[in-house]
Amino acid sequence: MMAWLQNHSLTVLTFLPLAGTLLIAFLRRDAAKVIRWVALIFSLLTFLLAIRVFVDFSPHQAGMQFVEQRPWIGEPPINYTLGVDGLSVVLILLTAFLTPLAVLASWTSITSRVKEFFAFLLALETGMIGVFVALDLFLFFIFWETMLIPMYFLIGVWGHERRVYAAVKFILYTMIGSALMLVGILYIYNVTGTFDFQAILRQLSTGEYPLSGAAQTWLFLAFFVAFAIKVPLFPFHTWLPDAHVEAPTAGSVILAGVLLKMGTYGLLRFCLPFFPQASRAFAPIISVLAIIGILYGALVSMVQPDLKKLVAYSSVAHLGFVVLGIFAFNISGIEGAIYQMVNHGVSTGALFILVGMLYDRRHTRLIKEFGGLATILPVYSTFFMIVTLSSLGLPMLNGFVGEFLIILGAFRAKVTYGALAAVGVVLAAVYLLWMYQRVFYGEVTNEKNRSLPDCDLREKIILVAVVVVILFMGIYPQPFLRRMDKSVAQVLQRVGQSGPYYALQAPARPTERTR
Amino acid sequence: MITFQPADLIRILPEVILSAFAVLVMVLEPFIPAGRKGFLAWTSLVGVITAGVGVLETSLLPGKERILAFGGMVAADHFALYFTALFLLVAGLTVLGSMNYLERDRINHGEFYALVLLATVGMCFMAASTDLMMIFLGLEVSSISTYVLAGFKRHEVQSNEASLKYFLLGSFATAFFLYGIAFVYGLTGTTNLLALSERLARPSQWPLLAHVALILMFVGLAFKVSTVPFQIWTPDVYQGAPAPVTAFLSVGPKAAAFAVLLRIFLGGMASAGNLTFWVIWLSAILTMSLGNLAALAQSNAKRMLAYSSIAHAGYVLVGIAAGGPEGTSAVLFYLLAYALMNVGAFVMIAHLAGTGERSTNIEDYTGLAFQRPGIAACLSVFLLALAGFPTTAGFLGKFYLFRAAVHSHLIGLTIIALLNSVVSVYYYLHLVVAMYMRQGKTEASTAAVPWPLGAALAVSVAGIFYLGLYPNHFLVLARFASNPLP
Repeated sequence: MMAWLQNHSLTVLTFLPLAGTLLIAFLRRDAAKVIRWVALIFSLLTFLLAIRVFVDFSPHQAGMQFVEQRPWIGEPPINYTLGVDGLSVVLILLTAFLTPLAVLASWTSITSRVKEFFAFLLALETGMIGVFVALDLFLFFIFWETMLIPMYFLIGVWGHERRVYAAVKFILYTMIGSALMLVGILYIYNVTGTFDFQAILRQLSTGEYPLSGAAQTWLFLAFFVAFAIKVPLFPFHTWLPDAHVEAPTAGSVILAGVLLKMGTYGLLRFCLPFFPQASRAFAPIISVLAIIGILYGALVSMVQPDLKKLVAYSSVAHLGFVVLGIFAFNISGIEGAIYQMVNHGVSTGALFILVGMLYDRRHTRLIKEFGGLATILPVYSTFFMIVTLSSLGLPMLNGFVGEFLIILGAFRAKVTYGALAAVGVVLAAVYLLWMYQRVFYGEVTNEKNRSLPDCDLREKIILVAVVVVILFMGIYPQPFLRRMDKSVAQVLQRVGQSGPYYALQAPARPTERTR
Repeated sequence: MITFQPADLIRILPEVILSAFAVLVMVLEPFIPAGRKGFLAWTSLVGVITAGVGVLETSLLPGKERILAFGGMVAADHFALYFTALFLLVAGLTVLGSMNYLERDRINHGEFYALVLLATVGMCFMAASTDLMMIFLGLEVSSISTYVLAGFKRHEVQSNEASLKYFLLGSFATAFFLYGIAFVYGLTGTTNLLALSERLARPSQWPLLAHVALILMFVGLAFKVSTVPFQIWTPDVYQGAPAPVTAFLSVGPKAAAFAVLLRIFLGGMASAGNLTFWVIWLSAILTMSLGNLAALAQSNAKRMLAYSSIAHAGYVLVGIAAGGPEGTSAVLFYLLAYALMNVGAFVMIAHLAGTGERSTNIEDYTGLAFQRPGIAACLSVFLLALAGFPTTAGFLGKFYLFRAAVHSHLIGLTIIALLNSVVSVYYYLHLVVAMYMRQGKTEASTAAVPWPLGAALAVSVAGIFYLGLYPNHFLVLARFASNPLP
């Protein structure tokens, strides 16, 4: 039994939340308390397992680890193949970390149809982890699409006023992208005769089945559009503000924290290694779009009257950084991008939780309704401050490490990119600090706010967990970066073969020199 | 000359059994008192199951893959048996789904079940025939039974209108088909598909009129599968007919006509070349796109599903355009998946619509999930499967169709088909939105699901997930069944 678990740790990790869903399905509808605890316990167990996988993951080994493979569908040959590398292992940890927080954040705010809510939330976790561990294109696509259904219900049933519109928009946007991706997957199968990620990569890189230039361009675009919509890269971002704002807190946390990362994960996992020439050819355009996203997201955030919208648009800017880092094609850019994916998940997830807490108390998110909260809610304000600073990239906190590496990578790729991205950092400071100032400082402007209660124990647990992670990742990023090294080097080797960017790569990142 | 051999009978054993039970039901009908017509339903269900055993018996017959009977008029090959099994499944689900419906709407007459069985016999013959004349006879048997079924609610104008429309346009279509057969016979002196494939082996042997004949036959079948522009009758008939009959109509005759299309266009007359391909290619695009776009605008659930079934015919045509063993087996697999999803959706609607089918508007289902979470979840499974979400049969069905299309380098067609299925997500979700995301008191019937219907639903849902997650067995069957075709 134990040996089986050892050999199938990824399967267990992926389907443990789904087991929770099934268990909840058999619980009585009115046993809300039991249902919440079941959801929490299952998500925490998943988190422990994810930590286990993360710790056991060997940084010295290139390629996939914890690989499981068994035949699934005979015709065409589709295998159930799971595995993690340095890229996915950190994203799994992020997913498993955010889900219990999402469960806790919904503890009291979800009162109707509790059973379905937590069932969907756990099913969603299975879908998300599945996307990150699947190493068969078909299996990946299954998780990628199936995951939309629980998210659709989370937004559409438990969301705010315009929830139906937001939910339908979310699902349709994503599906247009994935329809194109499915054509791409089928085409690749037609060329290589397999859906296996590693086999395809091997065949493409050894030149056994070379793709023509035109085919590579079209395939790159088919995959890229699917991922760019998910990221979302400017100008594919219009679904994001709607979905994030209308979703319930847990939905926003998961959307911002994990779902957006699927896009950037897909870029790194599939687009770059499969289509290196096309990636290089499109890199300038994509970098410019990413920079537009950074600046546009920041400027739009600045003028939002609604806290949740502000946080939502800040995601566009943050993900712009990630894409910029990826398409810098050097080790600091890509590692910074992966690191920033996790950072954004933690910080923005936490911001959504914080905004949700405020909404639970006052049933409004308009900035002008607040002011001077720091004196009324000292604990809450402190936590909000730390998370805000982490989001804007203050040194010693997690955001700094990621942004610094990305900007460094961007500078190496092209000085203009780096300079413009740095402007984005300044703008982030402006909109976040200005928001903080208006909400928390000054006199109490609204009498209704005087009687607001400060954080209770449940909220403190959530926030302490977040702050611990923020500090840890800000001070000691090595455990994460170390695990990425080999995988990122592999991607770079594939992209950089004769690329102009790779030649520029100086002694990687600063932390490496001191080691 | 055709000589009758007793051994031929065993090759059409399922059809024989079904016909016998159909006669039995009609003979018993006068002796069963009004309140107990359910007995006839069970009788016909026993007939369906016995015929299923007959399929197994026939499939175990020794011999070559193509077992011809009655002097080459009928083949008991795997292709025929696959379709026979499919039709039996549809008939069985329809009988289970209509028992309580007929009772509720006070039209519980025994001949309903006899007609379902006879229509099934006709469909089986359509799939099994290797002679154009036999195909025509099968088409007529199934058509005439279904015309009556569509108008089974004698006292309702809508049902009468449906029946009349179906009859008029249907007979028009069969006339086209017959006309095509006449041309073929005049040109080649035979109606046997095997003989035809020898006589028209190369495109150079094709006289111009043979192309005309082919188009005429295509038009006739296009009416039956309701491809654009021959789909005009579909929404009205599907809406007007009693909902369980619609379930039957939208799957059975459609699949049978597809079987004939495959037999003629990829079998006997496959050498027609480019013309056939482009006709199918074009009608695939038109059918998918118009079906989906029209479905977007519907406010009635039955009508929406009618347009959706038009769109699904378009997806199947993509597989036929792809051709080859990949295309054919994908079509066979898809038709099975489609049968489960569509019959499930329609019999569910039949139940929810309540007495006299009053509540078939999408609005009527507002807030259903609050009152009947189980029913809402079940209907959602059918809808999401129709929309093609993974882990359901609908996804894998489409996956195989599109894989075959990409394999045949029909990339453009595949992209159009996939974008179409994104459009379809919108209208399927429309119903899901009403059930789950809008507050209100539902107008739909909240009566408990009677157990025969429950059984039909359970079979459909289980089948949808089984095919969606572990399709290996049925893939092998579909592959095997597509072997007799080139």
